[in-house]
Amino acid sequence: MNRITKLFKEKKNNILSIYYTAGYPGLGDTIAIANALEKAGADMLEIGFPYSDPVADGPVIQASSKHALDQGMDLNLLFEQLKELRKTVTIPVLLMGYVNPVLQYGVERFCEACAQVGVDGCIVPDLPMVEYEEFYKDTFLKYGLSNVFLVTPQTSVERIHKIDSLSNGFIYLLSSSATTGQNLQVSDTTAAYFSRIAAMELNNPTMIGFGISSKETFDKACKYANGGIIGTAFVKSLSSDKLNENIDAFMKMFRA
Amino acid sequence: MNYFVNEKGYYGDFGGAYIPEMLYPNVEELRQNYLKIIGDPSFQQEFHHLLKDYVGRPSPLYLAKRLSKKYNANIFLKREDLNHTGAHKINNTIGQILLAEKLGKKRIIAETGAGQHGVATATVCALRGLECVVYMGEIDIQRQAPNVARMKMLGAKVVSAVSGSKTLKDATNEAMRDWINNPVDTHYIIGSVVGPHPYPDMVSIFQSVISEETKKQLLEQTGNDQPDYVLACVGGGSNAMGMFYHFIDDEKVKLIAVEAGGKGVDTGFSAATTFLGKEGVLHGSRSILMQTADGQVVEPHSVSAGLDYPGIGPQHAHLFKTHRAKYVSITDDESLQAGLLCTQMEGIIPAIESAHALAYLEKMEFKGGENVVVCLSGRGDKDMDTYMKYFGF
Repeated sequence: MNRITKLFKEKKNNILSIYYTAGYPGLGDTIAIANALEKAGADMLEIGFPYSDPVADGPVIQASSKHALDQGMDLNLLFEQLKELRKTVTIPVLLMGYVNPVLQYGVERFCEACAQVGVDGCIVPDLPMVEYEEFYKDTFLKYGLSNVFLVTPQTSVERIHKIDSLSNGFIYLLSSSATTGQNLQVSDTTAAYFSRIAAMELNNPTMIGFGISSKETFDKACKYANGGIIGTAFVKSLSSDKLNENIDAFMKMFRA
Repeated sequence: MNYFVNEKGYYGDFGGAYIPEMLYPNVEELRQNYLKIIGDPSFQQEFHHLLKDYVGRPSPLYLAKRLSKKYNANIFLKREDLNHTGAHKINNTIGQILLAEKLGKKRIIAETGAGQHGVATATVCALRGLECVVYMGEIDIQRQAPNVARMKMLGAKVVSAVSGSKTLKDATNEAMRDWINNPVDTHYIIGSVVGPHPYPDMVSIFQSVISEETKKQLLEQTGNDQPDYVLACVGGGSNAMGMFYHFIDDEKVKLIAVEAGGKGVDTGFSAATTFLGKEGVLHGSRSILMQTADGQVVEPHSVSAGLDYPGIGPQHAHLFKTHRAKYVSITDDESLQAGLLCTQMEGIIPAIESAHALAYLEKMEFKGGENVVVCLSGRGDKDMDTYMKYFGF
C-alpha cells in the first residue's frame, strides 16, 4: 500500500503536511530538511521542484524557487539527492511542481524515478484533470503514484465529484482562490465551503492548504479536514545557519 | 488539414488549458460563452460600431510605391498603426471589454510588453468606466515611459513586475496571479494569441478583422483578393494571426511570420522562438517555447519590447510544425534599419515590432508584380527613444 493511503487509514485528523522547495536554503539540504521534519512530528512532506514561472505562487515560494534554480537545482539533481530519502525517512513524500519540467524530463521517466526513490505522489497544479485522465493517469498508476488535485471555493460540486473519482491519496482544499502565502481567514463563506465539502462524503480524505501559518490556523483547518498543509510559513522560517534548530522551533508551534 | 482550434481546445499538438484549479472557473466560463456572445448580432453590431467610429476602421491598405520600386513587387502596408492608440492591439481590447461586460465583470486586468496592449486596455476601460490594472515588467516600464504615462492618464493602475526577467513573460505571470486572487469579478484581457484555450482562438477572432479588410481592399485595388505573400511580426503573435486568419485556408497565399532574432539567433540574446524553442507548456497552453533542458523558461532578448517573449501562440506552433507558415528571424539591427528606411521612403515611422516584418523584404527575391502585404502593426512614436539612441538623432 502506498504510504499516503496508509497514513490516512491510520490517522484521521490533525495530519500535518509540510511543503518546502528543493534546493532552498542550501542546494544540498533536501534530505536534511526531510529528516528534521519527520523527527519533529510532520506526518507528510511535499517537496517542491522549482520552476522559473510559478504562477500559483506568492513572493516567498517564488523567491525560494528562484534561489534554488540559481544554485543549480533541477529534476536530475533532485532525484539523485532523493536516492538517500528512504534510508531514513519513513513518512509519505510527494513532489510538487509545474508541468513543464515534468514534460521535459519525460512523464514516464519522471514517474519511474519517483517510484525508484520512494516518492509516493505528485501535485502538479497546472496539469489539467482532462489531460491527466487521458494521458498521464495510467502511467501514474503503473508506478503506484498518487496524484493530488486542488479544489477551491469556486470549484463546482460536479467537478469535485469528478476530482474525487480521479484522486487516489487525498484532495487538496484551498482555503480560498489565492496564490500561496496569504493568511487563512475562515469567514462564514469559507466555513460554509469547508462544511459543504465535508458533507459530500468524498471517497478521498482532504487536506486544507494555502494560508496556514500558525497553530490557530492549523487547528481551524483540522476542524474541517483531515489535516493541514503548511508551505510559505515554513519556507519563510528556513535559513542556512541553524537549519535543524529553526525547523525544531517552527514545528514546536504545531507539535508541542 | 485543420489549422484552427478543435473542440478540445487544440491546434494539432498545441493549445489546451494548462491552468491551476484556481483559474478553472473563469476560463471555463469564458470557454462556454465566448462563441455564443461573439456570435450574437447585438454584440457584432456594437463591436463593429466601435471599430468604425472609435478605432477608425477600416485601416487603410496602402500601396507603398517607393518600397515597391525598391523591392520589385507591389508592397502593400496594412496600416494598423493608424488605429486609435496606435496599434492593432485595440481590435482585441474592444472585443474583450464588450465580452467582459456581458459576463458581468467589474474589474479588468492586463499584461503588457511594449505598453501598446496596456494602453489599448486602459483606453477601453476608460471608455466603458471599468477599473483597470496593468502589469508591466520593470525593464519595459523604463524603456516605454510614454506608454506608462498614457496608461496612468487613462486612469489605469500600472503595476511593476519585478520577478524573473522583468519583461512581458513576468508581467503575464503577475496578471495570472492577480486573476487567481480575484476569481469572481475580474476579467483578464490577454493581449496576444497566447494563454489557455479559449484565449488564442478568441483573440485571433477579434484580430481577424485585419485580414478580412485586407481581402476586400486587395480586391478593390488589384482585382484579386489573393496576395502572393503576407508578412507579419510575431512575439506572441496576435497581429500575425489577425493578418493570416482569412488566408490560412488558402494555401496559395504564402504566410511569413517574422520573429525577433535579437542580437542574432545564436548569440544567447534572441527571442526567435521557433529557432530556439522546444515544445512545452507556458502561460496555460502547450506550444513552442524557449527553455532549458530542465524545462525552465529562458529569458529572451529583443530591442522590441512587444516581441520580447519566449513563446508563441499555440496556433503559430501548429502553423510552424505543419509548415503552413514560414517562420524567419530578423535581428535588432536589421529591424532598426528597416524602420529608418520605411520612415525615409514612405514617411511612416513604424513600431520596431512592425519594422521586423518590413526588414524581411530585404531577404526576399521577387520576380516583379507579386502582391505582398506587410502588417504595419503599430506606429513608432513609442520607440523614438530607441531610434534616437541608435541613429544618434
